[in-house]
Amino acid sequence: MGSRASTLLRDEELEEIKKETGSASGFLLHELGEDNYQNSLSHPSTREVSHSQITRLYSRFTSLDKGENGTLSREDFQRIPELAINPLGDRIINAFFPEGEDQVNFRGFMRTLAHFRPIEDNEKSKDVNGPEPLNSRSNKLHFAFRLYDLDKDDKISRDELLQVLRMMVGVNISDEQLGSIADRTIQEADQDGDSAISFTEFVKVLEKVDVEQKMSIRFLH
Amino acid sequence: MGVRGLVPFCPWNWCLLLATLQCCGASSESNRSTDSSAQSELNVRFAAASSQPAEAISVFTLDYDYVQIPYEVTLWILLASLAKIGFHLNRRLPRLMPESCLLILVGALVGAVIFGTDHKSPPVMDSSIYFLYLLPPIVLESGYFMPTRPFFENLGSILWWAGLGALLNAFGIGLSLHLVCQVPAFGLGDVNLLQNLLFGSLMSAVDPVAVLAVFEEARVNEQLHMMIFGEALLNDGISVVLYNILIAFTKMHKFEGIEPVDILAGCARFIIVGCGGVFFGVIFGFISAFITRFTQNISAIEPLIVFMFSYVSYLVAETLYLSGILAITACAVTMKKYVEENVSQTSYTTIKYFMKMLSSVSETLIFIFMGVSTIGKNHEWNWAFICFTLVFCQIWRAISVFVLFYVSNQFRTFPFSVKDQCVIFYSGVRGAGSFSLAFLLPLSLFPRKKLFVTATLVVIYFTVFIQGITVGPLVRYLDVRKTNKKESINEELHARLMDHLKAGVEDVCGQWSHYQVRDKFKKFDHKYLRKILIRKNLPKSSLVSLYKKLEMKQAIEMVESGVLSSTAFSTSHQAQRTKETKRLSPEDVESMRDILTRNMYQVRQRTLSYNKYNLQPQTSEKQAKEILIRRRNTFRESMKKGHSLPWGKPAGTKNIRYLSFPYSSPLPAGRDMKVAEFTDHDGSDSELPPITFSTHSPKESIQERRWAPEVIPMRSLHRAATPPHFGYRRNASREEHLGRGGRAILRPKPLFHAVDEEFESEEESEEEAPAFGSLLSSELRPGGDCNLSHSPLLQRK
Repeated sequence: MGSRASTLLRDEELEEIKKETGSASGFLLHELGEDNYQNSLSHPSTREVSHSQITRLYSRFTSLDKGENGTLSREDFQRIPELAINPLGDRIINAFFPEGEDQVNFRGFMRTLAHFRPIEDNEKSKDVNGPEPLNSRSNKLHFAFRLYDLDKDDKISRDELLQVLRMMVGVNISDEQLGSIADRTIQEADQDGDSAISFTEFVKVLEKVDVEQKMSIRFLH
Repeated sequence: MGVRGLVPFCPWNWCLLLATLQCCGASSESNRSTDSSAQSELNVRFAAASSQPAEAISVFTLDYDYVQIPYEVTLWILLASLAKIGFHLNRRLPRLMPESCLLILVGALVGAVIFGTDHKSPPVMDSSIYFLYLLPPIVLESGYFMPTRPFFENLGSILWWAGLGALLNAFGIGLSLHLVCQVPAFGLGDVNLLQNLLFGSLMSAVDPVAVLAVFEEARVNEQLHMMIFGEALLNDGISVVLYNILIAFTKMHKFEGIEPVDILAGCARFIIVGCGGVFFGVIFGFISAFITRFTQNISAIEPLIVFMFSYVSYLVAETLYLSGILAITACAVTMKKYVEENVSQTSYTTIKYFMKMLSSVSETLIFIFMGVSTIGKNHEWNWAFICFTLVFCQIWRAISVFVLFYVSNQFRTFPFSVKDQCVIFYSGVRGAGSFSLAFLLPLSLFPRKKLFVTATLVVIYFTVFIQGITVGPLVRYLDVRKTNKKESINEELHARLMDHLKAGVEDVCGQWSHYQVRDKFKKFDHKYLRKILIRKNLPKSSLVSLYKKLEMKQAIEMVESGVLSSTAFSTSHQAQRTKETKRLSPEDVESMRDILTRNMYQVRQRTLSYNKYNLQPQTSEKQAKEILIRRRNTFRESMKKGHSLPWGKPAGTKNIRYLSFPYSSPLPAGRDMKVAEFTDHDGSDSELPPITFSTHSPKESIQERRWAPEVIPMRSLHRAATPPHFGYRRNASREEHLGRGGRAILRPKPLFHAVDEEFESEEESEEEAPAFGSLLSSELRPGGDCNLSHSPLLQRK
């Protein structure tokens, strides 16, 4: 099995995996590699989506994949009408694609979706030694952070904030107002005085928000 | 409460009423003498004309008898409509109280007038008229506007709640009232058990949707919405079935003679009646869907088909003593999906509006009749009975809500909170249904009918006015307690971002139900039903013209509304940024937060907001439009720069754009060339008038000036859009699938997808807002498909 492969998984491979193991565990085994797999089994929070959910998501994946080549491109996502009227639609789509890539395979798709798995109560007592699960609070927040931070410098600059604000807000707000809102936002969150929001500041400012509930999708269970 | 709303049009109404009064006064003598049936009046009129020798030709006569019934009915409806206009003119009123309040007040007013003039009111309400003419439109409308997906997703909970709730309420109220009647002091000894049970069953007919508008402002969660709809939908049917069964019991036996066999038979009959009704409804739904497949050449009769088939399903069910209400509901729910896609746009709108109109007329008449009978001499007031009825109604509703939900919460992944349950309990407002059933009790079997009617009226008035008016504040109070008002701007902004993110990812995953059954049904539906029931091969010309019309319409709208004026950040804005941050006063922060809250886009909601009395345009449409316009502008700008994609090479300095992205990753080389090709074809398509955005916008920003010379017809914009994204990956076989879209004029590149394919991704978008959005997006999406199944999308507008 080997270490975690980062190559795009071929359609046939996936089918093979499913066929030979017939279960989610096989999929995970392939995904994580032997050692990590053993680790994760002892650790309920990394046990990922159930088999039936994987099957459903896979059929969703294939239904989106018009080119039928086992990968999704950006326009496959854009074909989803609700995303077109989502203010953050483009950025959400982009979040599915790894850095610099234009195609995402099913594994990548699942990886992104895994961030949105609900955190169960019994998972809250985490085993410190295991790898942090993708759907931990910190990782969820990181996902949201990445929606702002496009240049990946681990800071939300004023410009980046303004861009997102403009997208999320109607046409009735003038630029000046938006600018001052952005300023105020940074002011509230900024603690080290660099006029940008770093990830730790972001986490701090959202400590009272129930991120686990806001960023969990119930059927990824 | 409603007085303020009534004031604006009072003068008119008084004139009308005075006119009516005069007529009434003039002809009241003859009214009292004749029986008030139109036929006999007609006869009398003609007889009089022929038998009496005319002394002279009368130049002016008044013949009120002839027109009395339609005239008065029309006047009532007009009066109610005027009242509604006044009601809605006042912004605050609709939020304060449900519209039922208004209708009841109007009814009381009319009743007062009729009572005052001692006029015999026309017989609008008797059993056959109610069940045959007044009830079906109301039920049809609620069935048709029921959002199907959430309904089926929650079908178990809804059936459990509506069905068992109605039964529990009916029997609970009936039995407790019977216990009360046993007490000799109240003088109710002659009301036997069956009568009490019957009374209980008609008391259990709630009309919760009436209050929905009142607390819709507070963001009631969708599950709650669905439960309330579902209850409203099924409740009527179940009450009527129960009512009929109990009436049958009353007719058949003396109370002592009822045996367990009969009770079992009653239960069996209940189930058969319910399921049989649904079965017939579904059959007729499919038949009518099938027929609308062939009506493309005579689209004027499409609404007729829809209404007639629904009505036929009702009548057929009633003939067989099955539940007509459930039949018509099932018919509406079944045929809606297919009919929407088959019928033309105008037919669809007509159907919607006509349905609303019919149901509103029916309900108005019932309420007016209620008002008329309120103010009259046929009441019997018994303190004990009435008070206990009121008390028991509330108690039993509370019991049924809390017990049933407690049980169903064990099986739900998303249990209903206590707050939700309180809202459901409190929305148990009785309405026209209860009154009708009470009014139509046969006097022969119910010597104390007046008592029942009075009690029903009291409960209705109490629930509608007191509960209806206080439910809004209650919900807001419950809501406010939960949310933390003092959110920082950060929290609000990021929370909203996360909401959008979550909604977006949910949309990517597609909508799931928890039931395999539903997925299987979807597959079955897709494979077989759609092929049979949906029109194939819509003529291309109609599609083209439709597309054109829409583009024109949208362009005109945008031009008229003066398009997004301040859409771009200029670079100077960047320079203005100062290093020191201002300290803002708390008021500034407050106002800032308010501005932000008010203006942020709402997260997409899956369940449509349902207003019983009005068809309102969705505000989310406006939001969707803005977003799409912005994306289009973004895209045009990126087109202008010679790079086809937002993901192309960075154009230069890091300008703030309202692009969703700054340019980041480099384009593959091949795409650049293809893009250049396509922009050459600007001039080739002369079908469409080019749409320019620059001319009318007030602010001539740099971008817009640049856009003016380059007039890109929308079509070629799309053509240019599509190839970089998916043109190349298509193999020849794909292009053959494009039945709908292949037009000789256009380039061979695929623009439209065949209906079947599109439905894969479209199948989830049944709600209006995303559908509308996809309609626009099909025009505007930078890289996406154009025209995702135009016709269905359009219908949903």
